[in-house]
Amino acid sequence: MASLAGMLTARRGRGAFDWTDWFSYGYLALGLLLMFGPVVWLVLSSFKSAAALNEFPPQLLPYGQKTVVVTGHEIPLPLYRVTLPDGTTRELAEVRRIGIQATLVDPKAPEQEYKVNIRDRKPVREFQLALNNYIEIFGKFSFGTFLWNSVFITVVATLITLLFNAMAAFALSKYRFGGRNAVFLLIISTLMIPPTIILVPNFLVVSELGLLNSLWGVIWPAVATPTGVFLLRQYMLTIPDELIEAARMDNASEWRIFWRIILPLSAPALAVLAIFSVMWRWNDFLWPLIVLSRTEKFTLQLALNAFQGELTTQWHYLLAMTVITLLPVTLVFAFLQRHITTGIAAAGVK
Amino acid sequence: MNALDPPMRALQRVLGVPRIAWMFVGPNLAILGLFTFLPIVINFYFAFTGGVQLYPSERPFTGTENLSTLFDCGSYLDPATCRKDLFWRSIYNTGEFALLQVALMVALALVTALVLNRKILGRGFFRGVFFYPVLLSPVVVALIWKWVLQREGVLNAVLASAGSSPVGWLSDANWAFFWCVFVSIWAHMGFYTLILLAGLQAIPADLYEAAEMDGTSPWRRFSRITLPLLMPNLIVVLVLGLIRAVQIFDEVFVLTGGGPGSATTFIVQFIYQTGFAESIHQYGLAAAASLVLALSLLVLTLVQLRITRKNLDSPAGRGDG
Repeated sequence: MASLAGMLTARRGRGAFDWTDWFSYGYLALGLLLMFGPVVWLVLSSFKSAAALNEFPPQLLPYGQKTVVVTGHEIPLPLYRVTLPDGTTRELAEVRRIGIQATLVDPKAPEQEYKVNIRDRKPVREFQLALNNYIEIFGKFSFGTFLWNSVFITVVATLITLLFNAMAAFALSKYRFGGRNAVFLLIISTLMIPPTIILVPNFLVVSELGLLNSLWGVIWPAVATPTGVFLLRQYMLTIPDELIEAARMDNASEWRIFWRIILPLSAPALAVLAIFSVMWRWNDFLWPLIVLSRTEKFTLQLALNAFQGELTTQWHYLLAMTVITLLPVTLVFAFLQRHITTGIAAAGVK
Repeated sequence: MNALDPPMRALQRVLGVPRIAWMFVGPNLAILGLFTFLPIVINFYFAFTGGVQLYPSERPFTGTENLSTLFDCGSYLDPATCRKDLFWRSIYNTGEFALLQVALMVALALVTALVLNRKILGRGFFRGVFFYPVLLSPVVVALIWKWVLQREGVLNAVLASAGSSPVGWLSDANWAFFWCVFVSIWAHMGFYTLILLAGLQAIPADLYEAAEMDGTSPWRRFSRITLPLLMPNLIVVLVLGLIRAVQIFDEVFVLTGGGPGSATTFIVQFIYQTGFAESIHQYGLAAAASLVLALSLLVLTLVQLRITRKNLDSPAGRGDG
């Protein structure tokens, strides 16, 4: 123990382990609990059966009643710990229950039946993952459709965002043309116009274009991100102009220069923007809520919102859907944390 | 995309090299024009017309009627005396929420950044821990906490094991407001922590070494070196936090639905309800309320611009692109 404490309290600097260190580690431990605790609780809960979710107080881990296969019975029987009239306790399988009387048999010797009051039996429980929650949501709620809608919007919007923003950034970083600075300022100025203040007129525009209840009604308004143009422009400014000059010497068209030279060289910045764009579009809520009102066009976020209003008693499905929704973002985070955090620190955008 | 090469080459021959740049910025500008600049103009039109029709030609011009409906109040300090009491409640709620949430969040983000800036074990891991909720969708965030806070949820179970009776965390007006503040801090703090951490790491270490040589106390080092040098970042974080907090909608909408009553109804939800959710779509009123929101955001943005004018190269403002 002493060596462990010594290792944990080891410091690179001089001096003893003082109160500020205790405070720091205490704070981090509390932070770990508060930040991860609720998410872990959600994931654990999503593997519980509906019955287990109704228990109060709740168990930490998902438990379910143990069942056994008894000869002569087709379906597995639930196992109970029974206190018999003679005072002994045994684990027996319940065959049937009428009123307050339960009939149970010994799984090893199913010939003899025991009749006991249901108060004298307690379920035998074991660790069980209710994977059915995850399987059933696809059948019962056309969850697959919502998943597809979300994936479609995220992937298509991100691809168009990358293309359009890269084209604009290329023009703004590599050409001198009249009005270049004005265009750049115009694009950057839209950072100050949050979508929340133009909901009504945007609804009109989208509806005039016939894009209400269409996934494109969510995609098109989102693809011209000023953040993306800014990020890519800053990056492209560092690409030497000589490369472009050389390509022009070789009679390459401007489009070819963009496609074959600028885009590949901008890969790191494009990757950062792609990560951002995927997170933005996957998590979008207010705009899809306004544009998509038909259930079959719902994204995952909209479906979750609709279900949490309706299915208050069906938390076992809602929890499973929530876990699937947070999974992609969590995976992106687990593998690309460094890119995300440095990207945000560099550009100051989320 | 190589198939695009011949037509692009032809286009280039017609336009010439400098003007082909417009072809490259064109799509981006068109989208912005259609879905940002045009709507700004139309929003004014909506704000000054009435009726329930969406199409502009079918909307009668009503002048400032929408605005005067919103501002028709016996006393501006008491929402109950206003014709649109929900509007004023949402404004007061938003103001209270923004001040409380931003003050607490920036304080916590500062403490977190200071702790993460120390030589601690597992620093990268803990930075990730605090940052992770930032990436979660608002709906998921709300559901995570709804599951914890519901009447038979884990928080009440912990209380019960301590012998206390369950609390309706989301059905009591004050508690619901508290949890809206708490959950939005939980979800966004990591982002501001990251900005402050970057600011802390930019402070030259030799300043601290020199101070340590002189035997200054840790508190003095914090108040005389850290705080003044971090001040630009702190102000950016404050203003940015306010701009975002005023637009709070998603998490709260799913967590409480604006209730109980109107205890957690904020301005964006008022706009959404008035324009889209209620059976009669009052687009004009919603657009007028948008103008009020836009004005307050404009003030905040001008403050931000004034502060960050030195480094205009850092666009920071909106959460979705």
